[in-house]
Amino acid sequence: MAVRIGVVTFPGSLDDRDAQRAVRLAGGEPVALWHGDHDLQGVDAIVLPGGFSYGDYLRCGAIAAHAPIMSEVIDAANAGMPVLGICNGFQILVEAQLLPGGLIRNDHGDFICRDQRLRVENASTAWTSAFEEGDEIVIPLKNGEGGYIATDETLDRLEGEGLVAFRYLDVNPNGSLRDIAGLTNERGNVVGLMPHPEHATEPGFGPDMPDAMRSGVDGLKFFQSAIDAVLARV
Amino acid sequence: MPTIVVEVMPKPELLDPAGKATAGAIAKQGSTTFSSVRIGKRFELTVDGEVTDAVLAEAQRLAEEFLSNQVIEDVVKVEVA
Repeated sequence: MAVRIGVVTFPGSLDDRDAQRAVRLAGGEPVALWHGDHDLQGVDAIVLPGGFSYGDYLRCGAIAAHAPIMSEVIDAANAGMPVLGICNGFQILVEAQLLPGGLIRNDHGDFICRDQRLRVENASTAWTSAFEEGDEIVIPLKNGEGGYIATDETLDRLEGEGLVAFRYLDVNPNGSLRDIAGLTNERGNVVGLMPHPEHATEPGFGPDMPDAMRSGVDGLKFFQSAIDAVLARV
Repeated sequence: MPTIVVEVMPKPELLDPAGKATAGAIAKQGSTTFSSVRIGKRFELTVDGEVTDAVLAEAQRLAEEFLSNQVIEDVVKVEVA
């Protein structure tokens, strides 16, 4: 039976369909979840997709973090279910305090869209186990408010405990402290990142790679990792 | 009806790119009077009825837990307008 991965749609989500497609391409069964429900429909893992939930009103992700379904998502995350937050989903995880720190407007003030090289810093999470630590991957990035910040104390703890999951390579696209692109929690089931792995899952539609245009599929391993994590628990 | 004003500012030690861009635009207009700009938020909470200590305390709690993100922002004012 296929592993069922839920993708929550909030008002203003943009990449929910792309995330569903990525789940399918990785061999899972995508399940559409609705922000206004209190029902996870028995899914095995959850993706909070990118976009501009609630128009980014108040702060990016702040209102979505209090959406009805988030009480179930937070409970599931605390119980160990794999939860991935992509871009706006990362902002929602931070606002829901499932991951520490905050995301602010890019230091250069502009929205940025580029194929971004990343280094996988932690390959033992539910969403990164298909990678090797130190793998260098290319994942599209598109954000206006992706600057990761936290106190020095928090940053030192994140580094010390190996909770930095991904780091930007070549350029720091948004002023994120210590080049942090993504984080995991202590348990490794919750992962959030600004780049969009769901946009690097199908040849012809992914980022440009050295050998061929739009051939990048490094994002597939995120979803394959989660499927492996669920199957390993059964 | 009474109104409680909540003001939230980005933490002073953090970069405020919107404020910086605005300061740059002011400088381009030829003004040299102001050296920097920081942009915050003002919320006006309308109260049905009297502003009691409990109402103010609830506004303070909301200001700290929801209207601001204490990682990146400070609540600088919670008071009856």
